[in-house]
Amino acid sequence: MAEISIRNVAKQFGDFTALHSVDLTVADREFMVLLGASGCGKTTLLRIIAGLETPSQGEVWIGGRRVDHLPPRQRGIAMVFQNYAVFPHLTVFENIAFGLRMQKLPQAEIDRRVTRTAELMHIGQLLKRYSGQLSGGQRQRVAVARALAMEPDVILMDEPLSNLDALLRLEMRAELKGVLAESKTTTIYVTHDQVEAMSLADRIAVMDKGLIVQAERPIEVYRNPAARFVGSFIGNPPMNFLPARKADNGSWRVAGITFKGPKAEREEIAFAIRPEDLSHAESGLPAEVRVVEPLGPHVLVTCDVEGHLFRAVLESDIVLSRGDIVKLAPTPDRIRWFDPETEQSLQVH
Amino acid sequence: MTAVTATETVAATADIRKRGRLVFAATIIVLCAWVLAPIYLLVVNALSSPDQVNAFPKSFVPGFETDSIAFFMGFAGVAKALFNSILVACITMALSIGLGAPAGYALSRFEFRGKGVFRIMVLMTRAFPLPLLALPLAVLFIRTGLDDTALGLALVHTTLALPFAVLITFSLFSGIPVELEEAAWTLGCTRVQAFRKVVLPLVLPGIAASAVFAFVISWNEVFAAAVLTIENRTLTAFLLQNLDVSPLHLKFAGGAVLVVPALIFIFAVRKYLFAMWGIANR
Repeated sequence: MAEISIRNVAKQFGDFTALHSVDLTVADREFMVLLGASGCGKTTLLRIIAGLETPSQGEVWIGGRRVDHLPPRQRGIAMVFQNYAVFPHLTVFENIAFGLRMQKLPQAEIDRRVTRTAELMHIGQLLKRYSGQLSGGQRQRVAVARALAMEPDVILMDEPLSNLDALLRLEMRAELKGVLAESKTTTIYVTHDQVEAMSLADRIAVMDKGLIVQAERPIEVYRNPAARFVGSFIGNPPMNFLPARKADNGSWRVAGITFKGPKAEREEIAFAIRPEDLSHAESGLPAEVRVVEPLGPHVLVTCDVEGHLFRAVLESDIVLSRGDIVKLAPTPDRIRWFDPETEQSLQVH
Repeated sequence: MTAVTATETVAATADIRKRGRLVFAATIIVLCAWVLAPIYLLVVNALSSPDQVNAFPKSFVPGFETDSIAFFMGFAGVAKALFNSILVACITMALSIGLGAPAGYALSRFEFRGKGVFRIMVLMTRAFPLPLLALPLAVLFIRTGLDDTALGLALVHTTLALPFAVLITFSLFSGIPVELEEAAWTLGCTRVQAFRKVVLPLVLPGIAASAVFAFVISWNEVFAAAVLTIENRTLTAFLLQNLDVSPLHLKFAGGAVLVVPALIFIFAVRKYLFAMWGIANR
């Protein structure tokens, strides 16, 4: 059992606040991804869990044990670093065996675990090599094998795939997911890549400016962003936003069209829709076409709706050219609303 | 017309470039000769017999006679001075690495108040002229009983070598990614274990180079040695005292015995010194 619980953790670096009071619980065997732009505090949070940074306030619990005063070695964790951190003066075998030797395990057990994890990561034939003789992808495999060999309660990964080239990243991503599901450890994985986050996570914690904005299942984060930031950060292309003015009895006017919306004590709120939830129709939001990009299965159309940038992903058989006026109809149950000041999602009752 | 001008311009540029290369080459030759010629003459004369050294015209080919060197080494006091030199240099080496490496590590790994000032101060110690310090030091040493001892002199030499030791080890430790240490911590190491198992093996060659450099600084130092020692002279101080009244061939032999080990040591660790001074690793 290794549930991770982060309670009211904050971190200041001088005048800069990297984390404001963060609370997060990761269930046993859960794959949690911390997602956010660079500088949002996701790596700081990971390093606090690892014990490489001390929090300015708050508590970190791993497996029912408070650990924030313990050094990394006593926390029952293993970590994979962005730049791999494979020891250059040791062979691959000795790298994987490093933590096991520190635990003073018998040689037979060390051999067994190193061989098993090396086979698992497909580096069994490289055990006698040094890090200088390995490619980036192979080094990454060694780093993961080294962490797995520890058989830790918790594996922490800091952007482990970001230094690999695109194709290798795709391959490693699928492999990691399989290996980690097999190993039954709790995983916290930091990335700025939303596709990586969506494909790997049981839950995604989206971070912005030192806060966790939303921590939900990937599809939930995608469909029901808790805040405007989440909608604009996740999804490629991101969510569209338009201003909505208050009309009669709980409806709102968006670019001349009236929609049923939330009850809010505001004159103006934000209307939001994902580009793929729009279709070409008889009536809808009037959009002036600016750029048409055929992508094969769909066409990405960039338009102008009342002076606002607006993107739609449409069927590929549509014929459009610059300057055309099209009517874009949003799928009604996919429309989302956000408060313009708090930027929080507004629920439709 | 334009074509002609163009060719002329090209020719002129080529000409300027050629001259530039010539000046460059000449400068390099002069600079090398400046350093190498005295060393060459020193070695030639040290390896010639006394007669050859005093003969005229001078020979530029060594006679490969070891008489001068042999005589010099047998000269009363030389063996003792040589031993003193090595002893002082070894103590200097141990002290400057013992004190300098931790300072270099701290500079590369920790953020602390006054770090920038500390780095400048380390360099500033080199700005104090030793002659200015020599008299008060001599008085202080006589009071504490450190005068005329290897340890006393080694302390002075350590202050000379320490800034280099700090800066060389600083650049060495900075070259080791901090993630390697962090990885070791997460794999079950304490700070000390991580240092011993991961950092130390990686910096050891550089530390050795830095130690050799400290050794050479002490080996070459003459002023403090001459002022602060009387009975226990180091080789440099001994030569300064004795050689101006010695015959020419002895001067050459003494010079060679002093210069050649320093040259060999510096040559052996040149890679690390270049790295420290920001010259590409060659």
